[in-house]
This record gives sequence, structure tokens and C-alpha cells, in this order.
Amino acid sequence: MAELGFSNVSKQFDGAPALQGIDATIRSGEFVALLGPSGCGKTTLLRLTAGFDQPTAGEIRLDDQVVAGHGRFVAPEAREIGIVFQSYALWPHKSVFANVAYPLEVRGVPRAARRARVAEALALTGLTAYGDRMPAQLSGGQRQRVALARCLVFEPRAVLLDEPLANLDLALRASMQEVFSMFHRRTGATMVYVTHDQGEALALADRVAVMESGKIRQFAAPEVLYREPADCFVAGFVGDGAVVSARLTGKTRGECMVLDVLGQEVRARSRTATPTHVSIRPEAITLSDSAMLRARVTNCTYLGGRFRLSLDAAGETLVAFSSCRAAIGEGVGMSIDDVWAFHDPDHEVRVTGMPSYA
Amino acid sequence: MSVASTRHGGSRSLDRLLPFVLLPVALVALGPVTRLLLEGVGFGDGFTTTHLSTVLSRPSTGTALKHSLVTAGGGTLLSILIGGAFAFLVALTNIRGKAALVFCLMIPMMIPPQITALAWMQMAGPSSTLLKILGLAPPLGSPQPLHSAGGIILLLGIQHASLVFLTLRAGLRMIPADLVEAARMSGAGSLRVWAQIVLPLSMPSLIAGGAMAFVTALGNFGIPAMLGIPAQYDTLPTLIYQRLVGMGPSVLPEVAVLALLIGVVAIIGVLFGRYVLARRGFGLAGLSAQPLSLLLGKARLPVEIALWVFIFVILALPLTALLATSLLPAYGVALTLESATFEAWREVLLHQPVTRRAYGNSLFLALSAAAILLVISLPLAWLMERRGSWASRALDALIDLPYALPGVVLSIACILTFLNLPFTDLTLYGTIWIILMAYLARFFVVMLRPIQASIAQLDPAMEEAAASVGAGLGRRLRDIVLPLAAPSAAAGAILVFLTAVNELTVSALLWSSGTETLGVVIYNLEDSGETVMASALAMSIVLLIVLLMGLVQAGAKQFPKGVIPWQS
Repeated sequence: MAELGFSNVSKQFDGAPALQGIDATIRSGEFVALLGPSGCGKTTLLRLTAGFDQPTAGEIRLDDQVVAGHGRFVAPEAREIGIVFQSYALWPHKSVFANVAYPLEVRGVPRAARRARVAEALALTGLTAYGDRMPAQLSGGQRQRVALARCLVFEPRAVLLDEPLANLDLALRASMQEVFSMFHRRTGATMVYVTHDQGEALALADRVAVMESGKIRQFAAPEVLYREPADCFVAGFVGDGAVVSARLTGKTRGECMVLDVLGQEVRARSRTATPTHVSIRPEAITLSDSAMLRARVTNCTYLGGRFRLSLDAAGETLVAFSSCRAAIGEGVGMSIDDVWAFHDPDHEVRVTGMPSYA
Repeated sequence: MSVASTRHGGSRSLDRLLPFVLLPVALVALGPVTRLLLEGVGFGDGFTTTHLSTVLSRPSTGTALKHSLVTAGGGTLLSILIGGAFAFLVALTNIRGKAALVFCLMIPMMIPPQITALAWMQMAGPSSTLLKILGLAPPLGSPQPLHSAGGIILLLGIQHASLVFLTLRAGLRMIPADLVEAARMSGAGSLRVWAQIVLPLSMPSLIAGGAMAFVTALGNFGIPAMLGIPAQYDTLPTLIYQRLVGMGPSVLPEVAVLALLIGVVAIIGVLFGRYVLARRGFGLAGLSAQPLSLLLGKARLPVEIALWVFIFVILALPLTALLATSLLPAYGVALTLESATFEAWREVLLHQPVTRRAYGNSLFLALSAAAILLVISLPLAWLMERRGSWASRALDALIDLPYALPGVVLSIACILTFLNLPFTDLTLYGTIWIILMAYLARFFVVMLRPIQASIAQLDPAMEEAAASVGAGLGRRLRDIVLPLAAPSAAAGAILVFLTAVNELTVSALLWSSGTETLGVVIYNLEDSGETVMASALAMSIVLLIVLLMGLVQAGAKQFPKGVIPWQS
């Protein structure tokens, strides 16, 4: 298993920038998700890592070996990086067994050893009974498993997954997620997982890189992304809740600073002395009739066990959980506590740079 | 871009070597045509326009040009009528048995023109076996009605109707069904919809198909050779043929001018067709989900009967006449159950050294051309689809030229190029290799396009997946691209074989004793009065062609759209 390093990687397609100044290190054996809306550059980053495209500038390293950059370029077939495609890319003219055996065949592994290793990979992905089938005879989930087995059989230095669940239905997604994390536990492979689904990213990854317009906005563990988003984009893209602008009051309460949010004094955690916004997760809102801050219910949906309320307070839309149903238009009182305050670089003259957690 | 690799240097160097495939391909495919252009301006003996002015001022040139334009023009009009009627009826209405109808309409396109001419001659005229059986034959000594401009026009029109049909049908399929539905909702009946909506929208396709038919008719040699030469009615291709056969290579500079003349007219036709097609877009949106279907109502059965009767007249009747003649013991004898014999068949297929040699030569040429083109086209098509460069795009645009240009033009170009191999004293003229070179140039595009289509449809992730598991370029081409493109490649190879095995126009000018092809021998047999043997040989070829077409048709579902020419 190998460590993946990116230094100042940029990629332009016909002059249009797709990636700008990517700096990141993915540790050996780590499961990293690249999360972002479509067109954010996450697939481009994956293809650069695999070697299907060359970066316009910057350097990509696999352990100590430079695989792209400074006039060097290692072809994809020489990188020993496995990839699972969104379309699975199973070869339709080869059986399941032949698909999985192909990487070993290319490497000249003797027939007997090949058989054993393919059988092992098929067993690991629960495909033992399907070796003789052709890809066209398999269901979507089974094809996905074949693609995974094919990429693991040659013990690659890293495994890349390009939106592997995008073509599967909801029930299958859940079970395939389990397959992936089981897989990661068993093999300890370095895995990079591209997705636009934050649920998948937060559930599977050790760390998530949130990308937008060709840049990594924040690269951190899922719970950190949720509790301590770096900017408005991450706060809005990851997790439920609201992003509201805030003003400094100059007061502190214990470890926390006190900010003016929606006209109320609210206790906030922060890493910056000059916050511009706060991220208010549903957990930070407590509904009570006696509370000073008043809001109007604009929507109420049942999530199973609790209700999700959209609240209109002073022109901002907040999200809260409630144990009982609320009527639309009903007025409620609420208190806000323990929010995360951050400095959003896009909302001011850039005094400080973008905070980097990479 | 500097590229350095740590391992697998082999695959990277293959990646760099592959573009060099372009060079020999460009030389073989485009070299001769370029050489011909140079000849026109007097390459070799200084730049001069002497030949140009001598040949162009000769009256025979003007007459032949006029004849060419008249027959090709008349044939085109007929093709537009036949092909247009079939295309509108098949694509727009609810007639039954469309697939069979289309297959039958395509057969004349695949049958070599000299066989078509031979078959029709057996149907009309004083010696027609069929007419004799029916007692309708005109008295001996009366002229063969097909030996005339009208006969040439008739057969050219039938032969190339399928070109108009295919182009027009492709255009009709791009008309969204809702345009027609909107017209019907406005109260227009079937006929009005056709005349005021469908016809104007499909006019560019119709014109482009007509342009293609014109260019092909212009280059047709078999039909004017069989029907025109006996009546001293010369078109440009037959004039070139007679000059060259009569005088030998010494008249090359002259016939080169004639070839250029016909080439110029053809290119104008090709460019006109492309121009009209490119301007076709009224902003029509792709394939409509639902095919247009105008209900014919009570007229359906009569229309179906009319179409099948027409097919019977242009296809079954001439072929029956050909078959009948091939069963005669001697030409002119009446055919009865007692007199029918397979003697001519036996003679042609088993005994005559010339026909056996011709079978051998044609099979060898067709197989070699198909095999060589197959081997070159796969990497070439991959290169064009996956590693586009200005060079590959230029080749892509020009490679149609040797196929679109009339066969005589390419033949003259090949003679000029290979008479003295550049930088050596060797000559290919008079050997079978010059025919092979000409076939390679001419049929390249027939092989390349189907493979290109199938590689274009191939998900690039298939190859990337192979690269990521460690397969270098050579292995990827062999293990992934080749098997997946194989069905189309097979179809392309069969098409090349089919076209090459009964080719006449090119080989008529390039053959010499010992290198006769089937097309040449049929023409020579008929020319020397051996009509019965010519018919038997022709009939055996028709059977071979229909068999091969059926083979391709049987595998139709395996091929990407557009691979089979009679199933656009």
C-alpha cells in the first residue's frame, strides 16, 4: 500500500481550468472520499492519479516515486493503481473469471497461482458461484463486485473508485457500501472514492476532501467537516442546517466566544478571531415556547422518530428537529447554542488565506 | 510534451510508433491520385499544357463527355424516381415486409454492372431465351434495344437507385414524428403532409443522394462497355478503355487527361452532395423516438403489389433470363426441359483454364485485400478515434477519394504510379500486384468506416480499465479492442471481399494475360460471343454474392448501426 501525494497540481482542458493548485497527501491505507458537486474536478483528479490524463502543472507522487510532473510521466499500466469505473467497464467478451484473471494474465502469473488468486478474489466479493457467467448475465450489484474483484486481484498500491454506486438502486447502495468498508478493513488498501453523495462520503471515508470549482475547500474527517466546516460552501454542502452571518460582540463565555446571530447572543466555537458566519446544525436549536427568538414554521417533514422543521427566523431559513408535528405557519420559540463560527474567504477582502487542513 | 517512462517502455514506444501507420496508408491510398494530378500538368517532361489542349480539342473527347453526362444524368433522374419512391414508401408508410423489400432493392447495387447488363440483354432482343420460350422474341437481325443511350440510362438508373434510397431514408429518419403529427392536427391529409412537410424537409437528402448516384453512374464502366461499345456509343470510361487497350501505355499522357476530366466532374458532384447534406439541418433533432407512419388505408395492398412487381421486373426477371441462357447447350437454341444442360456451368467452373484462373485471381485479390486492410485498419481506426491529430484528420477526410472517384481514374492513376516504381527499374504494370495496390487504395474506406464506428461506440473506460490493471497498448489492442471490434471488422472484410471479388472497372484497365479477374473474363467471354458461358459464370457469381450478403444479414444484430450498407 502506498501513500499518494499531490503538490500544486493543476489541470486545464483547452485552457479552461479544471483543477487549481491541489495540495494533499493521502496516507498509506487511508480511505479518502473526494466529495463535490458535478464539475468540481473530483473525477479529473482521479484520472490524473490513475494516469489517464497528465497534469498541466504540479507533481503527483506514489510513495517516493514521481508518477507525473517535472517532465516525468508513468503510464497507467505501469502505476499499479486499480480503478473501479462508474460504468464498471467489464469486458463483455470475457467471462467473470476471465475478467478477474486478466490483470494476472498480463503479469504472467502462472496458471495455477492465477486460479487460486482469482478464486480468492471471487470469494472475497461473494462471486464464487458466478465465475462462468458473462458480464451481460449479471445484475448491477454483481457487476460492481466483479469490477472490485478485478481491481483487487493484483494487489494494487492504491484503489480508485469513480462514483461506483451511482448506477445502483438505493437498497443495493447500502449493501455495496458495506462491501467497500469490509474490503478496506480486510485489505488495508489505500482507497480514493469519488462521489457527489455526501451520505456515502461521510459513512465510508476516514477523511473527506470537499471540492468545488477545481479546488479542495476542506480536507478533514467526516465529523470535523460536520462540526467545524471551513467555509460557507462546506457548511452548506455537507450535512443539514443553516449558514447565517454573524457579528462579533467581543464577549466570551468560558472557552467560547459570544457572537451576535439573528439579534441574539449565541455561544460559538471557533478557530478564528474574525468569524463572518456561523453554521447552525439542527442539534444546536432547542425549541421552547418561552424562548426569546421567535420563528415561523414553513415546512414540516417526518423523518421517522422525529420531525424536521424548516423555520423562518428574521428572514433566514433554519432547520430544527422536533419530537412532535408542527402546523405550517405556526409560531415557535427557539434558542440557539454551541454553533461553529468560521471566516468565509469569499465574503470579504481576502485578508487571510483559505484555512488549510490538509 | 516530454514523456519519460520508468517501466513498460515497450508500450510507450508503441504509442509513439503507431502514428507511422499513417504514412504508408497515405502513400498507397492517396499517392496514385496525387501522381495523376501531377501528370495533368505535364509532370516528367516539364510543366506543359500540350496534352491538355490536344486531348480537349479532339472531337471524340467532347462527344464522350456529352455521352457521359447524358447517360449519368438520365440514370440519376431514374435513380431518384425509383429510390425516392421506395424510400418514401418504406420510411413513411405502414406497408408490410419492409426488410425483405429493402434487401431485394439492395441486390442490384451489389451485383457487378456487367452482370446486370448481361442479364438484361438476355431478357430483351432477338436472342432472348425468355422471350423465345414465350414466343415473343423479335425476328432475328432486329437490333438489341438495350444497345443504346436509353438502355444505358435504364440500367444505370436501376443499378444506383439504392444509393438514393439509403441517403433519403437516413434523412427521413431525422424528421421528428411530431412535425408530421402537428401537420395532421392542423387538418392536413397524408398526401398534403407528404408534399408540404416531408418533401421540403427531405429535399437536401434527395439531392445529395442524387449527386452520389450521378458520380457513381459517371464512373460506371460495366454497363456502357456492354451496351455502348457494340453501338459505338462511347462514354469517357469506355473511351479511355478502348484507347488504352488499343494503343498500350504510350497513350498514357492522353488518357490521363481524360481521367482528370472525368475526375473533375466527379469531384464537383461529390462536393455538391456534401455541401447540400451539410446544409441539411433545418435544426432537425436527431432520431425521433417514433418512426413516421402514414396510413395508406385501402391503397396499401395495391402499393405493396406494385412494389413487389417492380422488384420482380428489375431483379427476378433479368436473373431468370440469365439463368435460362446459362442452361442452353448453345447460344440461339430454344430452351426446353430436354435441351437444358449444365454443360456451360461445368465448362466454366471446372474445365476452362481462363475462368478457373480468373476465379483464382479474383479470390486471391479479394481475400488479400480484405486481410491486408483488416490488419491495417484496426490500429488506424483506433488511432483516428483515440489519438486524433491533424494528420489523422486529414487522412480521414481524404481517404474517401479513391473510392468516390470513378474506377478508371484510379486505374490510370495506378498505372502512372506503378509503371516505373519510384527510385527503381521495377514495374508492377502487367502483374497482379498493381491490381492489388489499386484495390487496397479503393476499398480502404469500405473496411475502415465500420471499424471506426465500432471503436467510436466502445466505452473508453474498457481500455482504461485494461491499462489500470497493467496491460500495455499492444495488449489492450489485442485483448480488448480487437475482440470487441471484431464483428464490425468481419462485416467490413466481407464487404471488401464482396466488392472486390466481382470488380471490373479497375481491373479492366490493369489486367494482362494471366491476371484476369472474374469481371474481366465475363466481359471478354461476352465480347467474343461466348454468351452462354458468360451467363453461367455470371450466375455463379450472383449466387456467391447473395450467399455472402445473406451471411452478413444473418449477423446483422452483432454490428453497430451503419455498418451494413443496405441497413443504414
